[in-house]
Amino acid sequence: MQVNLTLLVVVAALMGAGVYLLLERSLTRVLVGLVLISNGVNVMFLVASGRAGTSPIVGSSDPDGMADPLPQALVLTAIVITLGTVAFLLAMAHRSWQLNGNDDVQDDVEDSAIRKLAIDDANSDSYDLSTKGQHEDDPVEEGA
Amino acid sequence: MTALVPLPVLLPLLGAGAALMLSKRPRAQRAITVGVLAAIVVIAAVLLVAADQDGPQVVWLGQWKPIGIALVADRLAALMLLVSAIVTLAVLLYSIGQGMTGDESETPVSIYHPTFMVLVAGVSNAFLAGDLFNLFVSFEMLLFSSYVLLTLGGTAARIRAGTIYVVVNVLSSMLFLVALAAVYAAVGTLNLAQIAQRVDDLPDHVALTLQLLLLVTFCIKAAVFPLSLWLPDSYPTAPAPVTAVFAGLLTKVGVYAIIRLQTLIFPGSPLTDLLLWAALLTMLIGILGAIAQSDIKRMLSFTLVSHIGYMIFGVALATKTGLSGAIFYVAHHITIQTALFLVLGLIERRAGSTALLRLGGLARFAPVLGVLFFIPAMNLAGIPPLSGFLGKVGLLQAGLAEGSWLALVLVAGGTLTSLLTLYAVAKTWALAFWRSPEQAHEMMKLLPGTGDSHTEEDAATPQLVRHRGHVHVGSVAFGERDLAEAKRVADADEPDRDLYQRVMDGSLPERLPFSMVGPAAGLVLVSIVITFVAGPLFGFTDRAAEDLMERTPYFSSVLGEDAP
Repeated sequence: MQVNLTLLVVVAALMGAGVYLLLERSLTRVLVGLVLISNGVNVMFLVASGRAGTSPIVGSSDPDGMADPLPQALVLTAIVITLGTVAFLLAMAHRSWQLNGNDDVQDDVEDSAIRKLAIDDANSDSYDLSTKGQHEDDPVEEGA
Repeated sequence: MTALVPLPVLLPLLGAGAALMLSKRPRAQRAITVGVLAAIVVIAAVLLVAADQDGPQVVWLGQWKPIGIALVADRLAALMLLVSAIVTLAVLLYSIGQGMTGDESETPVSIYHPTFMVLVAGVSNAFLAGDLFNLFVSFEMLLFSSYVLLTLGGTAARIRAGTIYVVVNVLSSMLFLVALAAVYAAVGTLNLAQIAQRVDDLPDHVALTLQLLLLVTFCIKAAVFPLSLWLPDSYPTAPAPVTAVFAGLLTKVGVYAIIRLQTLIFPGSPLTDLLLWAALLTMLIGILGAIAQSDIKRMLSFTLVSHIGYMIFGVALATKTGLSGAIFYVAHHITIQTALFLVLGLIERRAGSTALLRLGGLARFAPVLGVLFFIPAMNLAGIPPLSGFLGKVGLLQAGLAEGSWLALVLVAGGTLTSLLTLYAVAKTWALAFWRSPEQAHEMMKLLPGTGDSHTEEDAATPQLVRHRGHVHVGSVAFGERDLAEAKRVADADEPDRDLYQRVMDGSLPERLPFSMVGPAAGLVLVSIVITFVAGPLFGFTDRAAEDLMERTPYFSSVLGEDAP
């Protein structure tokens, strides 16, 4: 299978920029990143569909010279789904902005509570009964 | 019989439309949605019998064979369909009982039912899909409705949890699309049966790339470690019935897709070692996470992740008994996990909270609730003779039969996970159900910074011992910091009220409505029934696993005379 190098470079650029944005903290940037990635994927389907040809409408041209219509149908479906997702994410970013004044992706509250516990008392207090308090205030374990 | 195959997808979609139109008339809306789901239960049961007796039931939509979309109901798909239909029906009845359709002030009136219907259609479609792109579309259907259900009402906590959930799942959908493009470029088709036949001609490295791409996608959906970290963050904040149906079904759709992928398309490359390690880490890290939690909802979300490991264990063995055990475990776990989350919703309703620190004495003043929690909790841990025990024994036997050292490590890990699950649910039982509410209340009062009236009461309470910065209640000890942190994050609405205070205020509902208890009890009953029919069910899953290993029934029924 022959591959169109230009399309591949476009895919790589879109994906790379998308991944970079996805790693940001602001939901809007994450959203733009996802849009870029999805466009990259759509172009990738064009790569997968092989060589370009005439429009695939029966009777309009020789079937052997037609482009493969299936990937185009798949891309259309993907575009529609991405549109819905983007609309939903935008609404969420807006709601987050309404509630918090920003649209940053937040840490999980309970998760950070448990993480803080792990840092603060690494020698877990919960198991004190079995050791009769011998390990209390052990600086080595606390640092671990 | 084949005319019935598209109905589990069609009916809920039509029902969704009808429910949306009837959003002004809640009674008609409920009648339609319940009727649709009840019909699907019947249809799924008929399909199950038909698939068992006459082989896979196949429909090519619009007769576009073999380039159109195929729906396939073989033994595995039909079983999944039946279990999911029963579970979704129970959840729908429960949420009607809870008054999700309008009584709850923070929930929009009209969208719950239509969205739930689309979710059901997506789940059914995923089980029936005989085409990789159709599988993608059904994932999108169920994910999209899950986005809506998860962020229902748009409260701050749900938006926070929903953000993570949506971004992770959109990303996994993008990965799926990349995999689809790669598969299409490699083999020129997206029909599962055709891919399976053509994939043998591919060079090994190409086939392996495709397999890994798809596997990563499905592992994100199924929450297999290390791709599971999104799950415990996002599930617990949703309304109880929503969490229940997510926990029961959505991850299992991922597991189902993994089973299909590994048996149908890539039977020659089972990746046993990789998947066994993933299964081991999923089990152990999941259950260790569950032990660390101080909220029952989060604890259960972690056990959900942990027990996905059992199913992956069975799939990874790539033997008939392993697959059979995995399928049995999926069926068992869907019912049990959903039942537990429904009961948890009852607890939240009855006691005002699911934070372990605030609960106590539920066994005394809600004994029915105690029974309803106890049975599925013990079932989850795998206490004989319940179905959880039988499922685990099936998997462990399959592991022993396989006999490699890694499989034996998995057997040990599975046993350990089972014991740790028992520990986690026993801790929940002891704290939420067994001790008295007064004990819980006194312990809360001992926390630093929770009020100034507590100091003189310390000495007067014999059950509580403060010792070197720890609080002991009976034999359970907590670090003060634990308690303070957990207290702070638990139940942000009313930070200073626990069960005892609520009881004293008389602000708790006297009893639970039967329309909520009924469906939850029904699901618990189904899980007990699974125990009683475990013999025939294992026979069925054996036959399903045999089909999966042979592959010819699938090929011949989907592709007809084109099959090799």
